Amino acid sequence: MSVSVPDTASKPHKGFRLDLKTAGPLLALILLIILGYSLNPLFLGEGNVTNLLTRSAFIGIIAVGATFVITAGGIDLSVGSMAAFIAGMMIIIMNAAVDSMGASIWTVLLGIGCSLILGIGAGFINGFLTTKGKIEAFIVTLGTMGIYRSLITYFADGGTLSLNSGAREIYRPVYYDSFIGLPYPVWVFIIVAVLGWVLMNRTAFGRYCMAIGSNEQVARYSAIKVDRVRTWTYILQGLCVSLATIIYVPRLGSASSATGVLWELEAIAAVIIGGTMLKGGYGRIGGTVIGALILTAIGNILNLTDIISNYLNGAVQGVIIVAAVYLQRGSFRTGRRAKKPE
Amino acid sequence: MAEAPDANVPSILSASRISKSFGEIPVLFSIDFDVRPGEVHAIIGENGAGKSTLIKILSGIEQPTSGSITYDGEKVVLPPNGEAAALGIVVIHQELLLAEHLSVADSIFLGRELKSGPFLDLKAMRDQAKAILDTLHVSIDPDARINTLSVADKQMVEIAKAISRDARVIIMDEPTAVLSVTESRTLFEQVRRLTAKGVAVVFISHKLDEIMELADRVTVLRDGQLIATVGTENLTPDSIAQMMVGRELSNLYPPKHEPDVDTEVVLSVRGLSAPGISDISFDLRRGEILGFAGLIGSGRTAVAEAIAGLSAKTGGEVIVNGATADYPDVSKSVAAGLAYMTKDRKGRGLLLNAGLQPNLTLLTLKKHLKMGFLDGRSEAQALDRAVRRFDIRARDPSVQVGKLSGGNQQKLMLGKTMESDPEIVIMDEPTRGIDVGTKQQIYHIIAALAAEGKAIIVISSEMQEVIGLSHRVVVMRQGRMAGVLEGAEITEAEIMRYAAGIKQGGENERLSA
Repeated sequence: MSVSVPDTASKPHKGFRLDLKTAGPLLALILLIILGYSLNPLFLGEGNVTNLLTRSAFIGIIAVGATFVITAGGIDLSVGSMAAFIAGMMIIIMNAAVDSMGASIWTVLLGIGCSLILGIGAGFINGFLTTKGKIEAFIVTLGTMGIYRSLITYFADGGTLSLNSGAREIYRPVYYDSFIGLPYPVWVFIIVAVLGWVLMNRTAFGRYCMAIGSNEQVARYSAIKVDRVRTWTYILQGLCVSLATIIYVPRLGSASSATGVLWELEAIAAVIIGGTMLKGGYGRIGGTVIGALILTAIGNILNLTDIISNYLNGAVQGVIIVAAVYLQRGSFRTGRRAKKPE
Repeated sequence: MAEAPDANVPSILSASRISKSFGEIPVLFSIDFDVRPGEVHAIIGENGAGKSTLIKILSGIEQPTSGSITYDGEKVVLPPNGEAAALGIVVIHQELLLAEHLSVADSIFLGRELKSGPFLDLKAMRDQAKAILDTLHVSIDPDARINTLSVADKQMVEIAKAISRDARVIIMDEPTAVLSVTESRTLFEQVRRLTAKGVAVVFISHKLDEIMELADRVTVLRDGQLIATVGTENLTPDSIAQMMVGRELSNLYPPKHEPDVDTEVVLSVRGLSAPGISDISFDLRRGEILGFAGLIGSGRTAVAEAIAGLSAKTGGEVIVNGATADYPDVSKSVAAGLAYMTKDRKGRGLLLNAGLQPNLTLLTLKKHLKMGFLDGRSEAQALDRAVRRFDIRARDPSVQVGKLSGGNQQKLMLGKTMESDPEIVIMDEPTRGIDVGTKQQIYHIIAALAAEGKAIIVISSEMQEVIGLSHRVVVMRQGRMAGVLEGAEITEAEIMRYAAGIKQGGENERLSA
C-alpha cells in the first residue's frame, strides 16, 4: 500500500496521452503543410514560406500575450481595435514629428516609443478595470474594444490615415527587410515566443498565471497577489499588441477603421487551437505559435488553390477551431477515465 | 438506536457478489450488501476502500463489472445518470447538488415541475414544498434562494427533495462531514423519521460515534473487500476502527506535552474584531496547541482569516513575536512566519488539476527561484522531502491532485503549509472527511510540530479531536469567545455548555492566561 512518489527527476510515466495532446496541434500543422504542398507545390516555395511566416507574426505575437491573459482566467477582446488605435496614433505622431523636425530615424523611434507606451497603458487600463473595478474582463474589453475602434474612425475621419512618405521610406525595412534569410517580423515573433515560453514555464509569474486561472481562491490563499498578476497579464497583452503594430505599420504605411478587424478572435482562436484552455489554468505558448501558423496557413492554402473559394476562409478556420477544441476535450475525457481515484 | 427492524423483513435493495474494475484496476471484490426497509445501514472504510464506488453501483451511476442488483425483489439493471431516483433510489451527495440561484421550492421540484397547462404551477409547488418541509419540522421558507441557506438547511432541502420523490432508499454520502454537532442531531432525527416511515437509509460516515448511534447494521470495507456486515449492538467504536484499518489502533491521539508556563508568547490577539467576530483575545505560546471549538458558523474560521490577512480587521490588535501584525494579504503573514491552512482543501487549498509539485511549492515559489527562473530540481527535492515527511502516497507525482484520496490531499496541503516554515500554524479542520488511519497520522504530525516548538491553533468541529490534541481550548459562540478551557476542564460536556450558550464566559481574567 505504501507507494511512495518515485524519484521525480526521472519522469517515465509522463505518458503517451500527454505527448499526443501536446503534439496534436503540431500534427495538424504538418498535415496542413502536406495538404498545401500536394495541392500546390508553390506552397513550400521559399517566397511563400517567408510570406506565410511574416503574415502569421501579427496574430502570433498578439496571441502570445493572449495566452497569458487566458491562462490567468481572463479574456481580452480589445486587441484588434487596440492595434488599429495604436497604429493610427503612431502615424499621427510621426506625421506631426516630420512636420516639425523632418523625417529621420528619430521620427520612427518616436513612433515606436509612443506605440509601446500606448500599448502598455491600454493594457493597464484593461487590467485595472477588471481587477480593481471588479468588472468582468469580457465586459471591460468589449467596452474598450468599442472605444478604440471608434477613436481610430474619428481620428481618420472615417477614412485612412497615411504615414508621411519620407518617414515611410525609413520605416519600410522593418517589415520588408530580412536578417539571415528571415524577415524582421518573423524574428520579432520568434523572440516574443521564446520570451513568452520562458516566462510561462520557467518563472513564478507563469506558474501564478496558471494557479489563478485554475482557481483564484487557491491562489489567494497561497499568498499570490492575484490582482497584480492579472493586471500584468493585460499589460503584457498590450505590449504584444504594440509590438505587432510596430511591425504592421510599415507594411501598408496606413491605418483605418478597417485595420485589425477580428484580430482578437483570430488571436483567441490561435490560443485555443494551441491547447490552452479557454477557462484558464493551463497555458501553452508553443501551441499558440502553432495555432497562429495553422490559421495563417489555411488562408494561404485557399489563396493558392481554387478548390474552395477564398471567401470561405473564415468558414474553414471556424471548422478547424471547433474541431481542435472537440479533439482536446475528447483526449481529456479518455484521460480521466483511464485513471481511477487512489 | 431505534427499534431494530425485523431481520426477517426482505431487503429492498441488495447487491450480490458485486465486483468492479476500472480498466484493469479492480476496486471492488465480490461485495454482498443489502438494506431493509426502515433500517439504517452504515458503510464504513478508509479512503479508497471502495465506499463511493459501491454507492455509485447501488444508485446506478456505475454498472458493476460482475454481480447483480436486486431491487424490490426483482433483479434489475439500474439506469445511469441518477435516473434511478425515479425508481425511488436517491443519493444525497456530500457536495450537495443544488442550483444556487433557484428557490427552495424550485429545487425540490427540479426536473419534474408541476404544471398547469404549459405553464409552471408555482403556487402548487410552493404549497407542496411547504407541506414537505413541515413534515420535516424545519422552518425553511420555500421561496428562499438556495444560496442564502446554511449547509445544514441545504441538506434538509435535499432530504425534502428525496421525500417528494417517494424515495424508498436514500443513500447519504458523508452527510455530517460539514455539519456541527447540533446540526448533525437534527439530521439524525430526520433519518429516524424517514426510517419510521419504512424508508431504507444507507449512511456513509467517518465518524464512528455517529454510526454507533444511528445505524442498525454496519458494513466495513477495506481495500475493496467486504470485511464484515455486523449488527451495531455487537460493535464498539474500537472494534469498527480495527476492522477498518486491519490493525490495532491504540493511542489515536499522541501524548500531550504542555509547554512551560514561562514559554514565550508568539501570538497575542487583543480585542480582535472583523466581519462576523468581535472582541477576540487570546495568547499562544511556543510549543502550544490551542484548540478552537464551537458550532459551525460560530466564527472560528473568521478569526483565523482575520489574523492571516485574508479578511480585513475592524478593530483590535494582533501581535506576532512582539510586533503589531496587520497583514494586508497572505504573503505578508507567511513572511512573518504565520501560516493558515484552509479547511476547504478543494476550493481554496489545492489546484485539483495540477500535479503534486506545483501544489506543494505554490505558497513558497520564491524559494525555488534561481537567477529569477524556476528551479525544477529544487522543487522536486522539496516534493521528495514532503512525501517522506508527511507520508504522501501517490502513484506518480504528475497525477492530478484532484484524483488523490482526501487523506493524501490533506497531507499534501499540510506539506504545502509547512513549506513556508512557519512558527505559528493555524490548521482549520485538519482532518475533515478523512479516514481514521490518516487522522491518527495527522494527529501525530501536529503533536510533533508542537514538540519542535511550533505554536499551533487547531480549529475543529470534531470535539474528540479538539479534546485529544489541545493543551487549551477556546470555545466560540456567535462570533465571540464563550470561554477558555484548560487541563481537566477540557471535556465534551463542558465545551458543549459553552458552545450552546448554557454557560457564559465571565472569566475574562483567564483569557489572557
